Amino acid sequence: MFEVLRCGPLTTVQDQGRHGLRHLGVGQSGCLDPVAAAQANLLLGNARQDAVLEVLHFPLLLACHSDCDIALSGDDTDARLIDQHRQPIPEGRLLPGFVHRVRQGQLLLLPGRRQPRTYAVLGMAGGIDVPEILGSRSTDLNNRFGGLEGRPVQSGDRIHVSHHADAGRRLLDGIRSIGPTGRVRAIPGPEFERFTPQARMDLWQTRWTVGRQCNRMGLRLSGMPLQGDVGGGMPSSAVLPGVIQVPPDGRPIILANDAQTTGGYPRIASIITADLWQLAYLGPGSRIRLEQVSVEEAQTANREWQRYWSILNLSASGEGA
Amino acid sequence: MSTLDPVISLVNDRALLISFSHHVDIPHIQRRVLRLAQDLRKHSLCSASNPDGPLRDIVPGPGNLMLELTPDASMPLTELTERLESCWKRLEDRPSLPPRTVEIPVCYGGEHGPDLMQVARHTGLTPQSVIERHAANTYEVLCLGFQPGFPYLHGLDPALNTPRRDTPRSRIPAGSVAIGADRTGIYPSPSPGGWLIIGHTELKLFDADNPERPTLLLPGDRVRFTIAEAIHV
Repeated sequence: MFEVLRCGPLTTVQDQGRHGLRHLGVGQSGCLDPVAAAQANLLLGNARQDAVLEVLHFPLLLACHSDCDIALSGDDTDARLIDQHRQPIPEGRLLPGFVHRVRQGQLLLLPGRRQPRTYAVLGMAGGIDVPEILGSRSTDLNNRFGGLEGRPVQSGDRIHVSHHADAGRRLLDGIRSIGPTGRVRAIPGPEFERFTPQARMDLWQTRWTVGRQCNRMGLRLSGMPLQGDVGGGMPSSAVLPGVIQVPPDGRPIILANDAQTTGGYPRIASIITADLWQLAYLGPGSRIRLEQVSVEEAQTANREWQRYWSILNLSASGEGA
Repeated sequence: MSTLDPVISLVNDRALLISFSHHVDIPHIQRRVLRLAQDLRKHSLCSASNPDGPLRDIVPGPGNLMLELTPDASMPLTELTERLESCWKRLEDRPSLPPRTVEIPVCYGGEHGPDLMQVARHTGLTPQSVIERHAANTYEVLCLGFQPGFPYLHGLDPALNTPRRDTPRSRIPAGSVAIGADRTGIYPSPSPGGWLIIGHTELKLFDADNPERPTLLLPGDRVRFTIAEAIHV
C-alpha cells in the first residue's frame, strides 16, 4: 500500500479505458498512452487492463507502507527511492521499463523533467485496487465516477493493490519504451470540405503550438487561426479521441480521452489510430505538425500498430516473442 | 430529394458516419437511424453482444449514426460500408415496438429554476404559461450525448425558444431542466453551461453504479415533464 505525500493535479487512476458505452454518452477515459500502461502491467505479471497511476504533473512522492513491486513506463522522470530522511538510497534510481522492488518505509519520488510535458505511468504488482465501474477502473473526471471516487489523486490518499499479483507470471525482464516520434499523422475529417482551400492547406502546413488549454479532454492548438468554415451551423454528431474540431475562433482542438461523446463543431481531421498515444506526450508549448496521410496509409499503420500490440501480449504470455 | 439517401463519411481511420441533411424530418429519420442501430446490434456486429463483433460502438446523433470498429477488427471499412448500406436498404418501415414513455416530475421556478423569469420575459409569456407549455408536449429522445445520460430532446414548443445566456454559468446543478435556444434538456451531472435553468428534477438520469441500466433514458424513448411544483413569483 502506498500513501500519497505529494502530487500534482491530473494524477489519476486509469486503465485501458471504458468502451462500448458511447451511445449512452459515456466517454472513454483511460490512459492517454495505453501502451505505456500495458507495458507496466505486463512487466509486473498483471493483466493488461489492470489499473495504473497516470502522472501528468510532478513531483509525485509516495510513501510505501508494505513491500511492493512497481514498474514505470512512459517518459523517464528521474524516479528514485529515498529514505525517510529524504536521503538517496544506493542504487535507488528507477528506470522506466523494468520492475523494481519498493520496501516498506521507503519513499518513491518522481521529480519529472523540465519539458512541455512529461508523461509517466506507474504500475503496481497486482494492479491498483479500485472498483470496476461500467467495465473499467478508469477515472471519469467530468462525471466523477471510476478510479478513486471519480476524482484526481490527492495528498493523503492511500493506494491499495489487489492481491492477485503473481510474480511467477513475469516473463519479461524489461521493455524499451517506444517514445514519441514527433510525427502525428491525420486524415481529413467529415467536414474537411467545408473549409476554404487556404484553411485546408494551413491545417497541414502550420507548425502548431499546443496552447495552455491542454488536459485530458483535449489540446487546444495555437497558431494562425483557420479561416472560413463556410458551412454554418451543423447538428451534433459523434466524436472520438483524436478528432480535430474547429470552433468559430479558428483554433483547432484535438480531442483526447475525456472528451464528450458528441460535438457540434466541424471536424476538419482526425489523428490516425496508430499515432493517438503520442498525444500523451504533448503539453503546453509543444510544437507539432499534422502530417496528412491517406486512409489506406492510416489503415496500414494501424495494422502494424496492432501487430506491435499482439507481439507485446504474446511475449508477456510466454507464447513466443 | 430523397430523404433516404444518407451521406457516408469517415470520422477517422476506423469509424464511419452516416448522416442525413438536417433539413429533413428529423423524428422520422431518427426512428430509422435508431432501428438501424438496433439491427446492427442484433446482427452480432457489436462487440458488446458478441466478443468477436467488429464494432466497438454504435453511436446515434440527431440525424446521424457513427459506427466505430475495434482497433484490431479484421473487417475493412469498405466491407463495413457495404454491410451498412445493405442493412439500411433492407430496413423496413415496419412498425417498431411502441415507444416507452418516461414521466419526469419537475419543480419549476423559484430556486430550482432561476432563469424561468428570463424565459418568460424573452418569450412574452407568463411564467405559468412557460411551465404549462413546457409540460404539455411529448418529447422524443433523439440520442444521448454531451454527458452520460443527457437526452437530446426533440419537441420543444417553438414559442419557448430562448437564446442561451451571454455569460455561461460556471455550474449547472445535476437534475436541472433547461432551455437552450430551440432545445430543452436535463443535466445528469453538474456542468458549466449557458442554457436557461427553468426547473429541477429529483430523478437520477445517470447512475454509474447500475451496470444493468446506467441511464434513465434511452434513444427512442418519449419524455413527458409533469409539474411537481410551480413557483412563479
